[in-house]
Amino acid sequence: MNNPSRTAMLAKIRAAIHSGTRGAHHESQTSVPYSTQDDGDRVARIALFAHRVAEYKAWVGYCTADGIAVAIAERLTFRGKQRMVIPVDLPAEWLPVDIEFIRDTQLDRTVIAGMDGVLSGAALGIAQTGTIVLDGGKFQGRRMISLLPDYHLCMIHAQDIVGVVPEAFAQLAMMRQTPIQPYTFISGPSATSDIELNRVEGVHGPRTLDVLIVQ
Amino acid sequence: MKKPESVIIELAPRFEVGAKSALQNTQLRRNMGKATQTIRGKRASVVDELADWESLRVAGQQIKDEVLQNLDTYLEQLEATVTQAGGQVHWAKDAQEANDIVTRLIRATGSHEIIKVKSLTTDEIRLNEALELAGITAIETDLAELIIQLAHEKSSHILVPAIHKNRSEIRALFQKSMNLPDLTDEPSALAGAARQFLREKFMSVRVATSGANFAIAETGSVCVVESEGNGRMCLTMPEVLISVMGIEKILPRWQDLGVFMQLLPRSSTGERMNPYTTIWTGVHANDGPKEFHLVLLDNGRSDVLADAVGRQTLHCIRCSACINVCPVYERTGGHAYGSVYPGPIGAILTPQLVGTAYADSLPYASSLCGACYDVCPVRINIPEILVHLRGKVVAEKQTKPQSWFDGENVGMKAMALTFAHQRTYELAQRAGQLAQWPFVQDEYIEQGPGPLGKWTAMRDFPAIPAQSFRDWWRERQRDE
Repeated sequence: MNNPSRTAMLAKIRAAIHSGTRGAHHESQTSVPYSTQDDGDRVARIALFAHRVAEYKAWVGYCTADGIAVAIAERLTFRGKQRMVIPVDLPAEWLPVDIEFIRDTQLDRTVIAGMDGVLSGAALGIAQTGTIVLDGGKFQGRRMISLLPDYHLCMIHAQDIVGVVPEAFAQLAMMRQTPIQPYTFISGPSATSDIELNRVEGVHGPRTLDVLIVQ
Repeated sequence: MKKPESVIIELAPRFEVGAKSALQNTQLRRNMGKATQTIRGKRASVVDELADWESLRVAGQQIKDEVLQNLDTYLEQLEATVTQAGGQVHWAKDAQEANDIVTRLIRATGSHEIIKVKSLTTDEIRLNEALELAGITAIETDLAELIIQLAHEKSSHILVPAIHKNRSEIRALFQKSMNLPDLTDEPSALAGAARQFLREKFMSVRVATSGANFAIAETGSVCVVESEGNGRMCLTMPEVLISVMGIEKILPRWQDLGVFMQLLPRSSTGERMNPYTTIWTGVHANDGPKEFHLVLLDNGRSDVLADAVGRQTLHCIRCSACINVCPVYERTGGHAYGSVYPGPIGAILTPQLVGTAYADSLPYASSLCGACYDVCPVRINIPEILVHLRGKVVAEKQTKPQSWFDGENVGMKAMALTFAHQRTYELAQRAGQLAQWPFVQDEYIEQGPGPLGKWTAMRDFPAIPAQSFRDWWRERQRDE
């Protein structure tokens, strides 16, 4: 690559690495391994996930695999949502009949923004931090659909919940495709701490987040 | 020597001057005290939750050390992986070059406005001002950045730039600039006003700029950590995305995020995890921007890298834990530091980026209490670097002929000579005992004469006692 700035920068960096190492005294610190896996049991892990998600002021509920449509109907009725955008591959058997669902067949952004909410799946969950990870894979769709509507109902399978943060990155590396998917980590509804450093829920992303754990 | 206008330093007053006027602003001190106490408490409680916190800190430090030792290799690897994923990589040796690159890229799109994700790096290079000169409007989308932009003020904190303003001040600003006379000072109402104000921009502006919290050499992935969703908007909605990152922001491997995505949120906003994190790799088909540019910025960083003691400053992940815990910052606020980077990290980073000659008061903006080192998630020994930089400031002064007439320098040199020998030291002690009497009150000197008055303005000097330790020791030996 014939770029003079690139050549100059790399040369300067190489010289700096060399001179900065000379005479450096290194405070030797033996590394103690940090926790990369949660050894707790499955039930406790799922309960912790639910608890931590709820602490961000999101709503969390449970349902069984054959009760998905009923649980979704209940939640959307409670929230008063009529028109929901969904990823193209979301299973038809999840969808209750008396609510309108519109599949995201590359819909226009204004159409998506005009929806009452979005219903999606998730790639995985992290119990320790109450985080949901989307990777645009199965039942998740484009990033835009989980961003523009003001309400997000997210379905997550209990077996997709990992214990600690490093486990999530290890899991995502195993699920990685070529080309690599875009990732969105969601911990509660959008929030800000900009006013007097107090957390306030609800700015640009969905202001209401509901999570249903499928057991 | 670099020119100071190339970066962060305003023609700001020296720290002690800025601090003095800040201390007289009681509203500011109230706002700052409240905010820093809140965040300190939150950080402490989420950090205490993790039994392996110290191991994570060491891991963070070691990963960053590894990055710096091999920075050239990792930059080349990142360039290759980003390019392979469909992104374009640009190299900028300084602020001017970075601003030129970004301006050229925006011009090529034909757009006259951009939306911005909060980014310290673009504040450092003063991108907004450069774009304005080129006729391009940059719209800040982070709530605090928006507040600062609407108020035509400067940031006073790296995480929450409008920390010096309280809710009623923000309400007054929004009422006026957004034409919302009935707005209340409820934080949720204020956030709602910002949502409405910016939505149309997110839907229509075609170009966005951002910084980068981390970039993974192994995969070419770039990571932006945020709270409000303005980041997701800017990283997802436009056609063209331009990210400017300091060369030290690289992490070698994907799995390193498992360490840093624990260290950063807990140290920063005191949350287990920040609300939103976006990680993208090049361009993604049918999802997000169609064009991605990554600008790698040096702007003084390789000079920091060349300093054996100062190098660890480049570990910084801009969490702001040191700022929130600093007793000096809590009282003066951020503006006194006259830089994009205030607080303890600013006191070491700014002088190294622009040269100590242009920010020689900042290494003294600390009591060296060490609280910043304790909370730093990547174990930057800030007090050590402060002392190192003070040494540099003095050494630089001594190279100039004026130093021969500088009272402090002459005094210190004389003191060094005096203290070097027993005989001269004891003579000086005797002389001091005799000369001090007009100033002593109850065994203390509260107001020293001449240049010493500066030192005693803030503290009392214990008077030299009638019998020194040496005299007492000799007497004791005689008696035995």
